[in-house]
Amino acid sequence: MDLDCSEEEEAFRAGLRAWLGEVLPKLPPPPDPSDWPGRRAYDCAWQRMLYDAGYAGLHWPADAGGRGATPTQHLIFLEETERAGAPYVGANFVGLLHAGPTIAAEGTEEQRRRWLPPILRGEEVWCQGFSEPEAGSDLAALRTAAVRDGDAYVVTGSKIWTSHAEVADWCELLVRTDPRAPRHRGISWLAMRMDAPGVTVRPLRTVAGSEEFAEVFLDEVRVPVAHRVGEENDGWRVTMVTLSFERGTAFVGEVVACRRTLGHIAAAARANGRWHDPVLRRRLGRLAAEFSVLWRLTQWNVSEAQRSGPGAVPGPGGSVFKLRYSHARQELYEAAAEVLGGGALDADEEWTNARLSSLSYTIAAGTSQIQKNIVAERILGLPKGP
Amino acid sequence: MDFQLTDDQRALRAGVRELLAGRFPRERLREAVDRARVVDRGLWRELGAAGFFSLRMPEDAGGAGLGTAEAVLVFEEAGRVLLPGPLVATHLAAGHVEGAAEGEAVVAVAEPGVGGTAMVEYLAQADALLVGTEEGVRLRVLAADAADVADAASAAAQWAVRPVRSVDPLTPLHRVAVGEAGALGPTGGGPIAGVLGLPVGRFRREATLLTAAEQCGSAARTVEMAVEYAGVRHQFGQAIGTFQAVKHLCADMLVRAEMGRTAVYAAAVTGDPQEAAAAKLLADEAAVRNARDCLQVFGGMGFTWEADVHLHLKRAWVRVERFMGAREAEEALAAGLS
Repeated sequence: MDLDCSEEEEAFRAGLRAWLGEVLPKLPPPPDPSDWPGRRAYDCAWQRMLYDAGYAGLHWPADAGGRGATPTQHLIFLEETERAGAPYVGANFVGLLHAGPTIAAEGTEEQRRRWLPPILRGEEVWCQGFSEPEAGSDLAALRTAAVRDGDAYVVTGSKIWTSHAEVADWCELLVRTDPRAPRHRGISWLAMRMDAPGVTVRPLRTVAGSEEFAEVFLDEVRVPVAHRVGEENDGWRVTMVTLSFERGTAFVGEVVACRRTLGHIAAAARANGRWHDPVLRRRLGRLAAEFSVLWRLTQWNVSEAQRSGPGAVPGPGGSVFKLRYSHARQELYEAAAEVLGGGALDADEEWTNARLSSLSYTIAAGTSQIQKNIVAERILGLPKGP
Repeated sequence: MDFQLTDDQRALRAGVRELLAGRFPRERLREAVDRARVVDRGLWRELGAAGFFSLRMPEDAGGAGLGTAEAVLVFEEAGRVLLPGPLVATHLAAGHVEGAAEGEAVVAVAEPGVGGTAMVEYLAQADALLVGTEEGVRLRVLAADAADVADAASAAAQWAVRPVRSVDPLTPLHRVAVGEAGALGPTGGGPIAGVLGLPVGRFRREATLLTAAEQCGSAARTVEMAVEYAGVRHQFGQAIGTFQAVKHLCADMLVRAEMGRTAVYAAAVTGDPQEAAAAKLLADEAAVRNARDCLQVFGGMGFTWEADVHLHLKRAWVRVERFMGAREAEEALAAGLS
């Protein structure tokens, strides 16, 4: 067991730090959060800078245009970019973390050539069309239908919780291509153009008041058969390849940011006198333990991934992290609210916004209850429920 | 960076698990409980011979030359099987107190607790006692007839020591008045053999971490016990592990055990006092909460003396009080926030 970086890893970190120190001061101010085209432009410009500097698609395999970096290098990248206050992946999240890796793993040579380079260069933005109003935790219940008509599928249905739908060029879409097959075996993965006739986007307002998500309605949208990745009716497996990318490093930057925020909360408490309350102090001390260990757990999970290589079955670390982190993040902003007192009722207060946003963490990407079922059945081996 | 067990560390863990399964199987645990035989000198010497206490001593001094990371793996295994005795104190005394490394001596430790008294474990069984003071860890060699200390009358006269009917059947306790300098009550009852070459800060940090490692072993074991029971106990025509209410208890237990273990391993690797505090905090929580949830999964059976669950819970309670409690850990962690 060791937590030290190798010379090569330290050299990578030093090079990255130097580059960040040079380019970050030149960045324009970030756009207003409600300015979606502005956000897209900003995120894509940052991605282009990463591309030009050789940092785009760091964790992608080299034959997909990535750098084939080790999981540890990817961890260092995420840690250092967050520490330096670099822009978040933003609009390119789905392209870089979901759709791109899926195409890299399952796409044909032609599909890889068509879709991967524009993702890496920040030229095309992807969104995700998986969840449906009637298929949330139970994703395999999805009903959006794709009917073959010559060299195209005709797609009808609706998707929900799609981020960046208004500004995306492409949507990675799960559709039902065989309604008679067992649920998991009648699904296909399609790449759909968001400007195709029949696509309607309606923003969804969240509890935080922002429009982070959208509903996407599909009315006889024609998607070329050539835009299917993987075999017809094999989309469930293809998607699981994608989802496994989310584990391990998805929240690295956030854990770094949470630890910094906790320091700011403590500083605010010292400044306004609440620090004298031992109950609050102990609450913050406990959160310090929590985030310190979550950071170590990330390093544990990354080390495991590095040892076992791609495609290996991950240990319990990913689920443990997801369950504990989502809860800890909510607790962090509850503690912030205690420090703010009445100030926490000011909706323009940064921590108030984060307190509201944190509510989604125990729901998104598998609710905590579903995660616990997964831990109990797949890791602990308890009998499957009814 | 490779924050995973090395092959040698895996082999060490497997070896210790096998050793303990052979020398301290469940029957022996229950026998110890039934006969109140809390420290078995024969087993103690066997542990000494296996290198349990001398693990971290240099090889030229008869040790295995291993580090804290290896020590926490060994103590995790001890915690799994509820191995009794002052394991942490004797391990830390190895190389400082004669006979400790070999398992010939049983070494206990006294720490000032709330209100100037200390709960001292295994006082009547110990050959020597370590006392933490500001100048360092002081050693007191107990009289050859140290067992007499357990005699309330003579103890009260000589030591201001009072035996306590311990909540944990395998951890005998004495309530001891601790003087201002951290020395035991009125002087007497054995010579002070001097201050050990062991800074008290480091001693406490290591003792805290090894105790946390024992907690993690117990926490991992109670997850296994709960899962096993949930798979075989049937109600309403199905295994109770089929019910989500039970599944979620078990999943929460695993999460706590894994967090505690990660914290302990990280603190062992870095040697950072803040990480040791975090490790004790999360490991204590994992051991106590897991034992309670395990008891809940066992239902009525969990409330019986016959099931081992209560032994895990009671030992976890004992270890919570040892070296660093939640208040101290949380305050230390808060103080480190900037």
